[in-house]
Amino acid sequence: MKTFLVLGAGTAGTMIARKMASKLDSRQWKVVLVDKDEKHYYQPGFLFLPYGLYTEQDVIQPKRKYIPEKVEFIISTIEMVEPDQSRVKLANGQTISYDQMVIATGVDIHPEQTEGLLDGGGWRKNIFDFYTYEGAAALGKHLKNWDGGRFVVNVVENPIKCPVAPLELLFLADWWFTKRGMRNKVELVFATPLPGAFTKPIAANALGAMLQRKNIHVEADYNIGTVDTGRNVISSWDEREIPYDLLITIPTNMGAEFVKRSGMGDELNFVPVDKFTLQSPKWENIWAMGDANNIPTSKAGAVIHFQMETVVNNILQHIQGKPVSHKFDGHASCYIESGFNKGVLIDFDYNQEPLPGKYPLPIVGPFTLLGETMINHWGKLAFKTLYWNMMLQGIAVPLPNKFSMVGKQQLSAGVTSD
Amino acid sequence: MTDLVNVAFNAEGFMTDPTQWTKEIAEILAKQEGIEVLTTEHWKIIDYCRTTGLASGKAPTLRQITVGTGITTKDLFALFPKGPAKKVAKIAGLGKPEGCV
Repeated sequence: MKTFLVLGAGTAGTMIARKMASKLDSRQWKVVLVDKDEKHYYQPGFLFLPYGLYTEQDVIQPKRKYIPEKVEFIISTIEMVEPDQSRVKLANGQTISYDQMVIATGVDIHPEQTEGLLDGGGWRKNIFDFYTYEGAAALGKHLKNWDGGRFVVNVVENPIKCPVAPLELLFLADWWFTKRGMRNKVELVFATPLPGAFTKPIAANALGAMLQRKNIHVEADYNIGTVDTGRNVISSWDEREIPYDLLITIPTNMGAEFVKRSGMGDELNFVPVDKFTLQSPKWENIWAMGDANNIPTSKAGAVIHFQMETVVNNILQHIQGKPVSHKFDGHASCYIESGFNKGVLIDFDYNQEPLPGKYPLPIVGPFTLLGETMINHWGKLAFKTLYWNMMLQGIAVPLPNKFSMVGKQQLSAGVTSD
Repeated sequence: MTDLVNVAFNAEGFMTDPTQWTKEIAEILAKQEGIEVLTTEHWKIIDYCRTTGLASGKAPTLRQITVGTGITTKDLFALFPKGPAKKVAKIAGLGKPEGCV
């Protein structure tokens, strides 16, 4: 009996385990899935928790509900991978030998990487993260009684999971404080290591203009050095100080600790893979999917959906002893919630930056790229249902995997969409 | 006298062909980035980025530079003020660091 092992039962791990269990002959293969946690989190929903738009049951479901019976599910921390022996040691004492393995253990936040952030005494008092359920829920509690001041959102370093989420949190803050009649008591600040609102120029211009319209101040090229919790001030390495009353941090994102212990990761514990095939260049029976790998595209659930078919086909070819021939194009698609029941959509790949236009169909859309519409907002909300009921259940989601220029306007850098 | 007439750049000011790079070009680009004189310390970082960047096809990120050369983040910012990873990548004739996607 051969073993197909999947480490991590988040979005990527759950989806690939289900797919492979349906593709591989169960008389020859068993599929084993390992995770330390029984809860499955709908992470895009964390954004809505601080503003009371979602509650616990919108974002947390038991993992077992989405794992088919023929997949063996083990709950344990992963101690170490021995890739040369094709073996994994678990904290529960078990050792699993595998024939093929997918690493899908995602990324976690590491506030301890920044001086004063976790250890300065302000953590979850007036410093919050919103990339964990606990952080987003605690921020929600705090905001209910917050009477205004400087609301500072800071990205510590890139890459981060979902690079647009910090912008969305600010757009929603503008809406939420307006609705509560206290927008004039709140200063919104976005301190980012990037030169502007986003990584790619055309989207950065469009999103930058939106931040300006909503009176959100951007502190660009800002690399945080320390947090002074006594004075409630953050300082950058080039000695720019930003005072805060409420600091919302996106701490350094890193891959799982066992990746480091096993000597398989880069300087941020991401597993290096070929960016087109998602196969490890060092160990050909190892693949890394979703946030856990080092490919240069956004770390986001939509990317996992778009890369799934490529990886499944490549693994099947590899098992049959054929050369792997399917290539992932880096396709990413993000709904950006922009407040006041509107949203913006961006769609891009390794080569093509986000452009204005319509998606997925020209003219009719229904979604508008790089423009604010209500339909984009409804698309964002509908995604939750799509996620729990289709993506995780292995039902085909009607969005094309391959990136396409259809419906997009050709622009050169420096041109905004409005 | 070297000038940049025949050197190819993208819209963001990064050289598109790292083989066109010379030390003289680096000095001109450094001036454009506000660094008047490139010292031995600057060259140590630039050389590291050239070596690893050409080997991997990608400009190293801030964290890769600090881990790879042992320099502290604070010192790196003193040498290449504001965004060191981006500045070194520009001066070293490499593309934009892919940390930002």
